[in-house]
Amino acid sequence: MQLIACPWCGEREEIEFHYGGQAHIAYPDDPYALDDEQWAQYVFFRDNPKGPFAERWVHSAGCRRWFNALRDTVTHEFLSVHDNRAERPSRTGTAPAAQHAEGQEAGR
Amino acid sequence: MNTPFRAPGHGRVDRDTTLSFTFDGTAYTGHPGDTLASALLANGVHHVADSIRYGRPRGVLAAGAEEPNALVQIEAPFPEPMLTATTVELYDGLVARGLSGRGRLSGEPDTARYDTMHAHCDLLVVGAGPAGLATTLAAARAGVRVILVDELPQPGGSLLGSQERIDGAPATRWVGTVLAELDDCADVRVLQRTTAFGHYDDGLVLALEKRTDHLGAAAPAHVSRQRIWRIRAQQVVYATGAHERPVAFDNNDRPGIMLAGSARTYLNRFGVLPGRQAVVFTTNDSAYPAALELAGAGTRIAAVIDAREEVPEHWRTACAERGIGIRAGHVVTGTSGIERVTRAHVAPFRQGRLGGRQGIGCDLLLVSGGWNPAVALFSQARGTLRYDGGIGAFVPAHAPDGVRTAGSAGGAFTLSGALADGVDAARQALSALGRTGGTIAVPTTAPLPDGAPTRVLWRVPSPQDGHDGQDGSKQFVDLQRDATVSDVLRATGAGLRSVEHVKRYTTIGTAHDQGRTSGVMASGIVAESLGVDVADLGPTRFRPPAVPVAFAALAGRNRGELFDPVRVTALHPWHVEHGALFEDVGQWKRPWYYPRAGETTDEAVLRECRAARTGVAMMDGSTLGKINVRGPDAGILLDRLYTNLMSTLKVGRIRYGVMCGVDGMVIDDGTVIRVAEEEFLLTTTTGNAAGILEWMEEWLQTEWPGLRVHLTSVTEHWVTIPLVGPRSRDVLALAAPGLDVGNDAFPFMSWQDTTVAGVPARVCRISFSGELAYEINVPAWYGITVWKALHTAGSAFGITPYGTETMHVLRAEKAYPIVGQDTDGTVTPQDLGMSWAVSKKKPDFVGKRSFTRAENRREDRKQLVALLPADEQVLLPEGAQIIATSSIPEPPVPMLGHVTSSYRSDALRRTFALALVRSGTRRIGETLYVPLDGRTVPVTVTDPVLFDKEGTRRDG
Repeated sequence: MQLIACPWCGEREEIEFHYGGQAHIAYPDDPYALDDEQWAQYVFFRDNPKGPFAERWVHSAGCRRWFNALRDTVTHEFLSVHDNRAERPSRTGTAPAAQHAEGQEAGR
Repeated sequence: MNTPFRAPGHGRVDRDTTLSFTFDGTAYTGHPGDTLASALLANGVHHVADSIRYGRPRGVLAAGAEEPNALVQIEAPFPEPMLTATTVELYDGLVARGLSGRGRLSGEPDTARYDTMHAHCDLLVVGAGPAGLATTLAAARAGVRVILVDELPQPGGSLLGSQERIDGAPATRWVGTVLAELDDCADVRVLQRTTAFGHYDDGLVLALEKRTDHLGAAAPAHVSRQRIWRIRAQQVVYATGAHERPVAFDNNDRPGIMLAGSARTYLNRFGVLPGRQAVVFTTNDSAYPAALELAGAGTRIAAVIDAREEVPEHWRTACAERGIGIRAGHVVTGTSGIERVTRAHVAPFRQGRLGGRQGIGCDLLLVSGGWNPAVALFSQARGTLRYDGGIGAFVPAHAPDGVRTAGSAGGAFTLSGALADGVDAARQALSALGRTGGTIAVPTTAPLPDGAPTRVLWRVPSPQDGHDGQDGSKQFVDLQRDATVSDVLRATGAGLRSVEHVKRYTTIGTAHDQGRTSGVMASGIVAESLGVDVADLGPTRFRPPAVPVAFAALAGRNRGELFDPVRVTALHPWHVEHGALFEDVGQWKRPWYYPRAGETTDEAVLRECRAARTGVAMMDGSTLGKINVRGPDAGILLDRLYTNLMSTLKVGRIRYGVMCGVDGMVIDDGTVIRVAEEEFLLTTTTGNAAGILEWMEEWLQTEWPGLRVHLTSVTEHWVTIPLVGPRSRDVLALAAPGLDVGNDAFPFMSWQDTTVAGVPARVCRISFSGELAYEINVPAWYGITVWKALHTAGSAFGITPYGTETMHVLRAEKAYPIVGQDTDGTVTPQDLGMSWAVSKKKPDFVGKRSFTRAENRREDRKQLVALLPADEQVLLPEGAQIIATSSIPEPPVPMLGHVTSSYRSDALRRTFALALVRSGTRRIGETLYVPLDGRTVPVTVTDPVLFDKEGTRRDG
């Protein structure tokens, strides 16, 4: 039973949280400017890196707040947690897959 | 009663008290402090059970949790299977029998209580032997919060089974002094009879405390029998000791063959002599104290067979003084005996070759092949191991943060070494905690004579090698699994190279004891067989639980009614009183239907349906999810999440709405009422309330945090009562005399705040049946009053309470879908025939862009239709597949879709079904087939709305 540090509540057991997938995937500004394939990229495709990964979590059985976290997908270790309004932490830049995500976001 | 093998002047059992017990039908006696195994040995009983595969007699090999052989089933006072005799504390009235590998669960319900405790500490110490006690004492003096767990009934660990001295006195005196000091520390908790069995993330350790097992029938009912401790520790020190390992030789499984250290424990802790005449077979120094102590207590040591050429001078002298002969450079090659070992076969073993054999008579053969640090928990904690060739064992290498070992668990096998290591582990843990102090002087012990290294010997070559035991002799590796050296060689011969694969091929290490005495030996034999270094092979992976744990203990109090939270509405007692049967919807208990005496399910549901369509009926709709949406931007949020336009809804009006995921698939539906300019109240499917709230919060917080909206779950604030049927207006008029219930004053899809049965109420004109209907919402506290008042007001009209089954039939007749039943996450609003609920005006909403994806515009998508079986009495099973032909073709059979809902209809006087069918809309009028019970049922595809398609009934 891992401990996850909610930015608002502090450390709580993982069963209080739900996973929200990759972070920093914004809803496209104009979905209708995208062709089907570009739209499908937003709807269906996510990165799956080995190593640090920027993710969304929600403290659903606690404060109900969404937040972002940087987690190592190999060790499951939470490297850091962030208010979801904060900028993406630069450490993701070390993982090739995360760089890909950056490119994807820039391209939307 | 005669217990012939009790050694006078030895042991810590209470000889002033006698306990009676029965084993395999024979009555025996023992004393408090005994285990079942020690009491049996005191009575001269070595043969405990027969082995699982070969039916060979088996005895007691060890003295603790590592025991592979002596499995027993307890029959009384409470039945329990698969315990090791070496860990069952003796109590009066114990009835047990030996087990051949497999236990039997009791058919009786277990009436004992089990519970769970949560605890937090700075330092958790596992094991109260010399190292663990030294760690705990040092940490306690630094003032940190310490929990010490230990599997034995009393602290001391290996000291209980030795004659060692600390600070010039018997070691147990030191143990007593330490315990007395720990007792005085408010922040130290010592848990005996508590076995740590799992190390999980972030310092979570699970331990099982056996609180009353040792009391037998005298166990007080109000005390839980076993307790799971969930201990969250900043720092963990595993002072878990070491397990002695045997050596494989021919017929190394007979009763009377025992680990040397265990024999020492039986003598010193229990005052039991495991035999009269012993041969001691060793590869290391640790068997010598066993031989000498047993000799001192009256066992004749026929010989010490030492596989090493060089035996330390100290032990040679001590043995000579006792008249014990040592045969260096010799091994035991096999044994004789039937129920019990009677002879050890001994031969010189030099340069890998066996010399001439000689038999030595004995009733006890002690074996020591060296010691394996007990690293299971350390390894679970992701500590890495390395092979130490000096002791022939895997020892801790790299410790993860916050975890370390102390004492023989880390390879410090001497008492002085263990004590010093324990103090050092405390110092490191305190340093990691940022605490100072807590240094204690390492207790003094007698200086150790020079020792000699262990000779690493996994197995003795067999005269049968290459003949595979044609004379019936076998070399056992895992006694519990009856797995032999031949089995290991067969595995490597078959090409297996990994110990994990060999483990699964041979089942070695998969029994209750997790291979404590066999695992490393198996790795060694695999390495020899493959000609590789055992260091490169490693041990097999350690996984929790380290010891068997009963499911009852893990479940604790979460069983029966407390297994999962049960949610009931404020009206629940009324439903129970009126004979409702209940359906589980998520955690909710919902009335399913209300059968009258003698009625079948079908009859009851048809009667309830008839009442709703022809008279008046009422149901408990309180479980509908309700979310209050409040704020200046509430309408904007709803516009973005619903497929239809909500911001234009006028205060006082209601709109049906559908929500989709970004993929355009329906995720929920419900009604939205506009309470005020900046306030809406929406309903969700019963089982989806929490999920939809989370979904809305997700968008609000992560995508549109600028929207000024707050979401509040108000599901349980309201009791919701649908009042349904042509006479519902009459009933409401009686119960709410101040309300104009006419169509003009109170039109469909509007709501009014009024008073019903004297209670402030919000009444909505919503219909989930197509009938004239009102939905009466009152604060939950008043629910039962209003329900009863409506029931009374309706009695003149034959008002009928109905449950979820009738609700489903009524809505299906109108083709109102149930999200999650008629949809499965692959269904768009268009597939449901609900294009009318999808706004064309809104520039965007969640899901809209996906509607135009090529895949979602295909004409051959599965669409919602109704199916009418040609035989009006045939009820199609929900989930049934639909095919195009009357005979079932060869597989793969082309499937056109499946039945999502299927009922008997009173209004239609026949059965009907809803189904998702490929190109369903285009197939209306076609005949399709449903395979059922070896035949196919012809069905006609129709428009999904089967009843009152024109909607003439909703206004009464």
